Amino acid sequence: MDITNLTVHELQEKLAKQELTSEEIVQAYVNRINAKEKDVKAFVTTLCDEALKEAKEIDEKRKNGEKLSSLAGIPIGIKDNMCTKGVKTTCSSRMLENFVAPYNATVVEKLNEENLIDLGKLNMDEFAMGASTEYSYFKKTCNPWNLKTVPGGSSGGSAAAVAANLVPWALGSDTGGSIRQPSSFCGVVGLKPTYGLVSRYGLVAFASSLDQIGPITKDVRDSAMLLNIIAGHDERDTTSYNMQKKDYTKTLNGNVKGLKIGIPKEYFGEGINEEVKAKLEEAIETYKKLGAEVEEFSLDIAQYALATYYIIACAEASSNLGRFDGIRYGYRTENYTNLKELYKNSRSEGFGPEVKRRIILGTYVLSSGYYDAYYKKAQQVRTLVKKEFDKAFEKYDVLLTPTSPTVAFEMGTRSENPLEMYLADICTVSVNIAGLPGISIPCGVNGDNMPIGMQLIGNKFEEEKILNAAYTFEQEYKFREKYQPEFKG
Amino acid sequence: MAKVSKEELLHIANLADLNIKEDEIDNYLKNLQDILNFANIVNNANTDGLGETIGENDQCNVFRKDEVKEFKDNELLLANAKEQERNMFKIPKVIQ
Repeated sequence: MDITNLTVHELQEKLAKQELTSEEIVQAYVNRINAKEKDVKAFVTTLCDEALKEAKEIDEKRKNGEKLSSLAGIPIGIKDNMCTKGVKTTCSSRMLENFVAPYNATVVEKLNEENLIDLGKLNMDEFAMGASTEYSYFKKTCNPWNLKTVPGGSSGGSAAAVAANLVPWALGSDTGGSIRQPSSFCGVVGLKPTYGLVSRYGLVAFASSLDQIGPITKDVRDSAMLLNIIAGHDERDTTSYNMQKKDYTKTLNGNVKGLKIGIPKEYFGEGINEEVKAKLEEAIETYKKLGAEVEEFSLDIAQYALATYYIIACAEASSNLGRFDGIRYGYRTENYTNLKELYKNSRSEGFGPEVKRRIILGTYVLSSGYYDAYYKKAQQVRTLVKKEFDKAFEKYDVLLTPTSPTVAFEMGTRSENPLEMYLADICTVSVNIAGLPGISIPCGVNGDNMPIGMQLIGNKFEEEKILNAAYTFEQEYKFREKYQPEFKG
Repeated sequence: MAKVSKEELLHIANLADLNIKEDEIDNYLKNLQDILNFANIVNNANTDGLGETIGENDQCNVFRKDEVKEFKDNELLLANAKEQERNMFKIPKVIQ
């Protein structure tokens, strides 16, 4: 038995039956990291020794009959933009290269309450700005399916680590597709919850009205389990929603009979790779066979949503990243004679090119003379996008689209052209613009054995519907039994 | 469609407290112009009579009790600053 190939619910079962100890599980992951991390480069920080020590302590507690969560002693990886007390949180930026958070993010506290063990902090595009993880200051993460290709981004380290069995599951964050698109590229399951379902306290802010933390997992049940842990109201995030806690595993019943699935035809048009389209069409046929009612309709907002997204996200980023001034934390230049120079040189030396580009774009669209034409207009278009989705959800339970127009692309092919990189988000951003939940699950591979992702979009706080639709497809298609990453290249 | 000038770019960069080196200007101008041309698509959308969406939640004012909560890890907070003195962050002299 390869322990690292098991899902978390399988590990949970084996812990309960005492077939495995936490130490055995963590040791298997440490061995795997030692063998494969050099190829994948998913981590910014690994915590192997600490994790092993913690595992032994948990086994001891279990042996002594202490009451522990059924997940206690299972490891997890965390994207490096969530604050972990006493462990570096770098956002893959030179700006935060040495930053050690003085507190834990709410999601990290929740993982700790379950006694999950942090195996390390995962690589990402700097400040979560990017779609390939090539914009990390530290290293370029490789896609385990083909090491010459990108893992997607910005949660590329998280998705690659789960795909390569370096962690059993991971947390990512999604502002415009940063959980779903890398999950699609790496053949794993990525869920972006409804805005407000998961607290953002302690998540380094990129675009506050769009950011949301979510699970990246091997399968849909694990996704529901991790969502159970991290969802919930938090008074330290005023946008977090106060509602009854749910058990998202309860509604995974493998039945989609009568489920109304809408197919927005614009998401299958120009620019979508033919092999991606073909696999999506097969998936649609599978849903029909399983008894879902599938219908095509028009949702002509993808281009508007993408343009709106880059205006709003950059505007919010330019404001959020104003806090990095070299005074209280973060990189400080050696080269200054006065305060203004200290600010300017620290920021110019601490931020990478893509971050600077977005700050400048954001400052531009917020500056007088352009505010109305770009920022205000984008906020109106945001209302339009929401209305179009509202209309769609009057008729359908779930919407189905590709997660990305293409499979993982080769490294270096887009990083010089920012606009082309932005187009990688075309299928995912509208979900953030409207604050909806979306999940990406693998629905096949192309001729080169590269995974293809399907996105299911739900109405606000209807995670159960997309999770069950994803689960039902997964049980039927059995992607993980058919395909595994080959680490070629 | 507005065309971004070099002066405008440098002004914006200064507002954002960023330096742009002479040999970076052309690249930044091209990138910014490309992205703005694309972003301009929003102006084709018919938004007559539509309000602005500024956040995702309908709730606007979220209140809590005005209670003092002490953050005890002052040392950890200060540890991230490059310069500190007497439990305070240190900055260069502002008033000459």
